[in-house]
Amino acid sequence: MREKRQQIVSTTTLRNAYDRRSFTIGAIQGGIGLLLAGRLAYLSIAENEKYQTESESNRVNLSLIAPRRGWILDRNGAPLASNRADFRVDVIPERLVDRETTIDQLGELLELEPARINEIKGALERSRGFKPVEVAAGLDYEKFAAVSVRLPDMQGVVTQRGFSRFYPTGPAVGHLIGYVGPASAEEYERERNPLLIAPGFKIGKDGLEKQFEQTLRGVPGARRVEVTASGRIIRDLETREDRQGNAVRLTIDGPLQDYAARRLGLESGSVVVMDCNTGELLCMASMPSFDPNSFSDGIGAVEYKMLRENERVPLRNKVLKGLYPPGSTVKPMVGMALMEQGIDPEETVYCGGGLRVGNRVFRCWNRAGHGAVDLAKGIAQSCDVYFYAMAQRVGMDPIAAMARRCGMGQEFQLPVTSQFYGTVPDPEWKRQKYGRDWQAFDTVNATIGQGYMLASPLQLAIMASRLATGQNVFPRLTLEAGSPSFERMGFPANNVGYVRQAMSDVVNGPGTAGRARLPFDDILMAGKTGTAQVVSLDKSDGRSGPWRYRDHGLFIFFAPYDNPRYARAVVIEHGGGSGAAYPIARDVMTFMFDPQQGLERLRTLETEWGGTAQQRLDKSYAQYAAAAGAIVRPPPRRDEEIFDRVEAEARAAAAQTEEIANAPISPRTNPDAIREPNVAPTTAPTGEGGGQ
Amino acid sequence: MNSIIPAPIARQPWQMLIPLFLLVGFGAAVLYSAAGGSMEPFAASHLMRFALFMVMAAVIASLPRDLVKLLAYPGYIAVLVLLIAVEAIGAMGGGSQRWLNLGPIVLQPSELMKPAIVLVLAKFFSALPFGLIPTWRALIPAVGMIGLPMSLVLMQPDLGTALAIGFGGAVVMFLAGLPLRWFVTGGAMGLVAAPLAFFFVLKEYQQRRVTTFLDPESDPLGAGYHITQSKIAIGSGGAFGKGFNNGSQSHLNYLPEPHTDFVFATMAEEWGFVGGLFVLIIFGIILRWGMRVARRAQDRFSRLLAAGMTFTIFFYVAINLMMVMGFAPIVGIPLPFMSHGGSSMMTNMICIGTLMMVNRWNREAPRLGLK
Repeated sequence: MREKRQQIVSTTTLRNAYDRRSFTIGAIQGGIGLLLAGRLAYLSIAENEKYQTESESNRVNLSLIAPRRGWILDRNGAPLASNRADFRVDVIPERLVDRETTIDQLGELLELEPARINEIKGALERSRGFKPVEVAAGLDYEKFAAVSVRLPDMQGVVTQRGFSRFYPTGPAVGHLIGYVGPASAEEYERERNPLLIAPGFKIGKDGLEKQFEQTLRGVPGARRVEVTASGRIIRDLETREDRQGNAVRLTIDGPLQDYAARRLGLESGSVVVMDCNTGELLCMASMPSFDPNSFSDGIGAVEYKMLRENERVPLRNKVLKGLYPPGSTVKPMVGMALMEQGIDPEETVYCGGGLRVGNRVFRCWNRAGHGAVDLAKGIAQSCDVYFYAMAQRVGMDPIAAMARRCGMGQEFQLPVTSQFYGTVPDPEWKRQKYGRDWQAFDTVNATIGQGYMLASPLQLAIMASRLATGQNVFPRLTLEAGSPSFERMGFPANNVGYVRQAMSDVVNGPGTAGRARLPFDDILMAGKTGTAQVVSLDKSDGRSGPWRYRDHGLFIFFAPYDNPRYARAVVIEHGGGSGAAYPIARDVMTFMFDPQQGLERLRTLETEWGGTAQQRLDKSYAQYAAAAGAIVRPPPRRDEEIFDRVEAEARAAAAQTEEIANAPISPRTNPDAIREPNVAPTTAPTGEGGGQ
Repeated sequence: MNSIIPAPIARQPWQMLIPLFLLVGFGAAVLYSAAGGSMEPFAASHLMRFALFMVMAAVIASLPRDLVKLLAYPGYIAVLVLLIAVEAIGAMGGGSQRWLNLGPIVLQPSELMKPAIVLVLAKFFSALPFGLIPTWRALIPAVGMIGLPMSLVLMQPDLGTALAIGFGGAVVMFLAGLPLRWFVTGGAMGLVAAPLAFFFVLKEYQQRRVTTFLDPESDPLGAGYHITQSKIAIGSGGAFGKGFNNGSQSHLNYLPEPHTDFVFATMAEEWGFVGGLFVLIIFGIILRWGMRVARRAQDRFSRLLAAGMTFTIFFYVAINLMMVMGFAPIVGIPLPFMSHGGSSMMTNMICIGTLMMVNRWNREAPRLGLK
């Protein structure tokens, strides 16, 4: 074979082979050329549409413009939450080239505190992808411009003009309105709405902001821009304006809410005011509180620490989530139950300072005794013995039933994130919960609002309105046209009149709260004081010693007494007795009828306390920030966790009085006296968390 | 011949040169657009380089055949030494490198190897007695001469250039009349070796290029990004393109390397199918001219040389276009006469110069009889 081949090889054969083969190569080249031309035609003509779309989606970037949030208005149309135009700076983690340097540079330009810079760095570490991280909002133009001119050197930094939420009365509405913040990863997972990760977009995190999220949110605008592959914007193509969210109009009276919150002063407590004819809630103040304005870019570590370490739990909404033994404030309600059971209110019981039931003696707060006591005197002077004796006669069940009818243990249709409904104990309840039988002392405890009985300030206000009007009043928080008609409670008119008169005597007659009288001759207020003990007598005298052992001070009232218009409840946690509650009640009521006079009184007090609630909060924050420096433990990542924790602690706090419910409670002597302004309030943290 | 035009000008191969000038001019226009509507930094230097290398091509075209034959082996060895020098410097510098800094010029010896391998093999096979063509004495030296520079270039690592050298050499061997079965066996062995090479020879980034070529969507933001964006650029151009200076893919940086490897995509986005066809046709004209020069050549050496040079240009064009249109993995081969870059311009102009030289030889010694 090889021999043969070698012989054949010659110039001619090689030449022929060359011609054949070069033709082959030429043909291959031509073939590939045709193939490429075909491919080119396929891509650019047949598939043109597809690739044109892809090229457009490369080129054009659609970004959402966060819609302006709807306002939250008070009953007169004044804003409780509005929007403020501001300048903001965000960073987009994925586009940052050098995180540390860029953030440090920004910190310098914007004069951020070291703690804040650390927080941003932490947030960046946890963030993923294109979700922007807020560096600062609410900037003035100078700082904004300083960052803007340096943008070309700072990849991943975005400056924006936008709107931020503004709460004109700050802490006064913190618990009620809640606050807004950037959506968390969970919230995004749940809703899958790209708006949630648009820069500058905030959603309601608590309170009404959360409840009315969809109403307030609005419709986002959109901006189409031409961008380079690295995300740099070349030019604007088209912009669609956003549509502002709808306003929510509340029944709250803004100035009253603010006044009540400020009047609470250094105390920890709440004021609920409602229109007892319509059920409209005019005021739901709970203090101490947080400033929702400073929460909008997330709860800062220093702030969280400050709020957390305050034993007066500024994060808890005490109107809805504070449960207290109602103390003597239940007496008018018990009286109503007694009358319904056929007891003649004129019938007297002799009070000699105590009542013997079986082999036990139950003491009246007035160890000297009240003498002959009928129902009116029992309410006005809060005689315990009268109620011990009468309750023994009718038993617990009708009293518990009346308590429930008056709103205790009830949950209300309100746009709130959560409300506690407390406890109305009765024999059945005790058997189920503790497996023990109802004792005589249980009834005794319950009739003076102690023992297992727990109610929230909202429920107490509702109880006051139902007793005052004899109507089954339900609370409302959003303003609606027309006034609702409530069913009658089924109280005989005489009984209602009797209770009104007795409650008026508390204030205007020979009662326990003479100092609660309004500074007006023509408007008379009716009320009932209450002092709720949280620990046994031997542990604390209820007025001094550790704050959390002191008595709660309560006051429920309505005015005018003969034609009730407003009903309310004031509860001061560990205020040392009802004496802490009714001066506040009186001033709030004064403010309603004569704002000028009310404000003068408040100003005097605020000078004593060291500024308004907002000022004191700011001062305390400054102290904390200075003390903490840059090393503060960050708050829980999810806002939900913060409030779950607060809620859990609130439940635990409410259980505090259970300890002493196992035995008869001896009322303190002279519980309704006004507490001396003796103990300097602790503005500095005690380091004990949550009052547990 | 028209007497108005002087003979030295009239006798230049204008049927090739005019399309070439058009193509380079068109390339400059595309580079002008790729620079965002500016002559700097690409278009001006592109034209300057072309002018410079055109002079070089003219010088090459004037070389006598004997001198070229004489320089074949020394030239090959010189380039080989340069390749080794690059490796050595790279090894000393602690990393791979492809360039030699020779004062003002940056030289890429692997580029020079492409014409050098064609030249040396043409010389080798023209000198080899006919009787030895089907024997191992034809095969082994040729394979050695191809394999040595290929492995040096692969070590750089530069797969595209290594393949160009291999294919250039193989085509010369094929045209030299080596038995067909060797190529068949070689091809079969290549098929077997390819997967082995894929797993044991290729660097990771090269492996990734191959895998993403097979499935670009598997890595849309990584290596597949190049192929995808290039296809988007070409496909969105449509029949007549988005218009000069209006390509969004190139102007907004979606297209990687819009002035070098992906210059064809940049062009097709703005000029559409029509522009692409124009480029293809011009390459067709130039390559057809090259093959005709080869076929008309007087002797075996010239024939192999011209065909090899034509194929070298073809290889560039084919691989680059297949790459930008998603038919081949990204191997980093620029498009001749259009891409911005000195080395590839030099290689291609050496090929053009050599073809012009063979063309001159053809003209000066017309075919005698039926040889």
